[in-house]
Amino acid sequence: MNLNYGPEYKNFKKEVISFCKKWEGVHFVDEAKSPLTPITKVGGKKITRTEWQSILIKEGYFARSIPKEYGGYGGESDVIKNRIIATEFSNHGVPSPMSGQGIDMLVPTLLELGTEQQKKQYIEKTLLGEIIWCQGYSEPNAGSDLASLQTKGELVDGNWVINGQKIWTSTAQYSQMMFCLVRTEPEAKKHAGISYLLIPMETPGIEIRPLVDMTLKAGFNEVFFTNVTIPEANIVGKRGEGWAVANATLTHERGSLTNPNATMNRVNSLINIMKKETINGKKLIDIPVYRDKLMTLQAKVMAFQSNSLRVLSAKLNPGQDVKMAGMIQKYYGTELRHELEGFAVDVMGEIGTLYESSPHLRDKGSWQFLYMYYLGLIIGGGTSQIQKNIIAERGLGMPREPKVQEV
Amino acid sequence: MYFGLSEDQEFFKDNVSKFLQDHAPLDIIKKIIEDDEHDLKNNIKNGLVNLGINSLLIPEEYGGLGLDLLFATAVSQSLGENIAPFSFLSSYVMAPIALINGGNTEQKEKYLKGILENKYKFGVGFSESISARNDFGFIFKDNKINGKSIFVLDADDVSHLLLADENGVIGVVDTSDKNIEIIKLTTVDKTRSYSEVIFKNASIDVLENSITDIEPLKKSIDAGRIILAADSLGASEALIRKAVAYSKERKQFGRAIGSFQAVKHMCAEMASDLEPCYSLVWHAAHCFDNIPDESRLMACHAKSHVSEVSKVISKKATEVHGGMGFTDLMGIHYWFKRIGVNRQNLGSPETIREEAAKIQNL
Repeated sequence: MNLNYGPEYKNFKKEVISFCKKWEGVHFVDEAKSPLTPITKVGGKKITRTEWQSILIKEGYFARSIPKEYGGYGGESDVIKNRIIATEFSNHGVPSPMSGQGIDMLVPTLLELGTEQQKKQYIEKTLLGEIIWCQGYSEPNAGSDLASLQTKGELVDGNWVINGQKIWTSTAQYSQMMFCLVRTEPEAKKHAGISYLLIPMETPGIEIRPLVDMTLKAGFNEVFFTNVTIPEANIVGKRGEGWAVANATLTHERGSLTNPNATMNRVNSLINIMKKETINGKKLIDIPVYRDKLMTLQAKVMAFQSNSLRVLSAKLNPGQDVKMAGMIQKYYGTELRHELEGFAVDVMGEIGTLYESSPHLRDKGSWQFLYMYYLGLIIGGGTSQIQKNIIAERGLGMPREPKVQEV
Repeated sequence: MYFGLSEDQEFFKDNVSKFLQDHAPLDIIKKIIEDDEHDLKNNIKNGLVNLGINSLLIPEEYGGLGLDLLFATAVSQSLGENIAPFSFLSSYVMAPIALINGGNTEQKEKYLKGILENKYKFGVGFSESISARNDFGFIFKDNKINGKSIFVLDADDVSHLLLADENGVIGVVDTSDKNIEIIKLTTVDKTRSYSEVIFKNASIDVLENSITDIEPLKKSIDAGRIILAADSLGASEALIRKAVAYSKERKQFGRAIGSFQAVKHMCAEMASDLEPCYSLVWHAAHCFDNIPDESRLMACHAKSHVSEVSKVISKKATEVHGGMGFTDLMGIHYWFKRIGVNRQNLGSPETIREEAAKIQNL
């Protein structure tokens, strides 16, 4: 066991801290474009998001390992540096780089499987936030069983003509592009009939309907396609290989949904509330049942943090076996966060149920919001039940459910 | 940066496991317990001592291996995994750490060498300093001890007892002293021993540095908690392995029960709950060895969290075995009970969580 990162990283940390101090209080002139984009506090310098992205890339604080020719920093991938950047940005309240499905999922996919033309056309603009992407995977009848999707793509005169419907499409209303799974080979077997297409959202025939979720925000959309026509070249990988292309990014999505350090920050915020708020003249922190539960959750979050250090370690030490530690993260992390946010609502009691812009709201209603939001994350990106199947079958080697005869 | 057990630690851990699998399988353990087979028990003890288990934490200047607590943690995982009928915690972890931090030169020389030469073994009675009970307690005065201690760990068959009073002062009592009476207690866990000890003006050797400093006691308890957590971690790992293996073998409704999601999900839940515990326990041991500021809180959280997780695992793993899980024949209950007693030793989860809150000035 060795938790030292070495002198090189000490210096790097210093650099990052001085960068953060310089930019403390920076905020954006343009509106947040996606619910996943962090909103910063007001004050300090004004800047556009694209300008911010470009500063971060220049410093190597974003897109580190993406080649220069595609608009990245062109350095070595370095998980420790990434971790230092994330921690210090969060400590200093400096806005994180943009995230989202384009940056987190499409860019790595294009780097691996895209054509030279696609890489040049899309990666830099995506990194700068000039192209926002949405993901067209799920359909009303293809959720956990994603490979049964039915949105149809036919090749007609050198164009793909797409008909069908997608659902759970977050950020569709802000997006310029969608990466989409479409059934292009109706004769082929389920998994072999799918292609991975890139669809400009301005193409005629696309209709977006917002889907309001339980948080009362339109976090998702339904997207309808009627004879949507796009060039034949807008395909990543070959015809019928879309399932494999998509799987590279799905693994990526599952890992990125939970951040144990952010969860620990929430524990600390909750401790502050419990030290301040009182019920019947008693501070919440002094009420034994709440106190005990708080410590229970703190221990659990600490375990999750340690688990993620072990996962990190395996990236630096090839050969270290952390298969199970990685596999459990989505399930464990989303359930834990939901439990924590819900516990905070409980300790606040009636005050905890206040919402939107109600008087007496605490922390802008974030506890109640995230309590519900994380229920969405428990379901999205592979439900907890699907995760358990994966853990049992691929992690513990348990037998698969016998297949039902397909009709 | 490397987070995990080192090759040496893995290697030693595997050696302990292999020795126990060869020499202490369940039927041997049952014999030791049911027929009070002393020779069999001594074989196991001697074999483990031959591997060097008694010298792990003894500093090199006293002739020991001078290894860190993470090493002992790895060993403890193997002992728990194999429900070893062996008293590792008291003699080879808590006593050395109390002595190293609390003893004067002479005391260290005497007792640490004694442990190393396999001449001395220690029982540990710290319950009164963690959760004192009305009917129990003792007083140190003029190098004599009077009163009684309950739940002294591993007190049978040892040369010395280590006691801590309510102020955190640690004293050593020689068990050959006629003025003590050791009464064996019967807990559900029969792989290790727990006793009540009555002292009537027995002589004590007070560890000099523990008179003014509470740290020797605290450090010994921190280490003990991490080692108990590791024991439950190992026992839980064994239970999950057994449950998964059984679910692949046992057929009902024409298929392996492990192919039913109801069973599969129980196993996945057990694995998901346990996986972060490895990291937490190792991290706690690493803090004990290298990051003293974070050490006490980590030890508390490791002990209480693993206690909660392993309790649930011991229930679910039993259930996956169905009716057979409930039988003595299958013996799943040995692991269930080991976990059950570890949970209460050196502070129940609730007791420890209160300590964790206080450590943070909450």
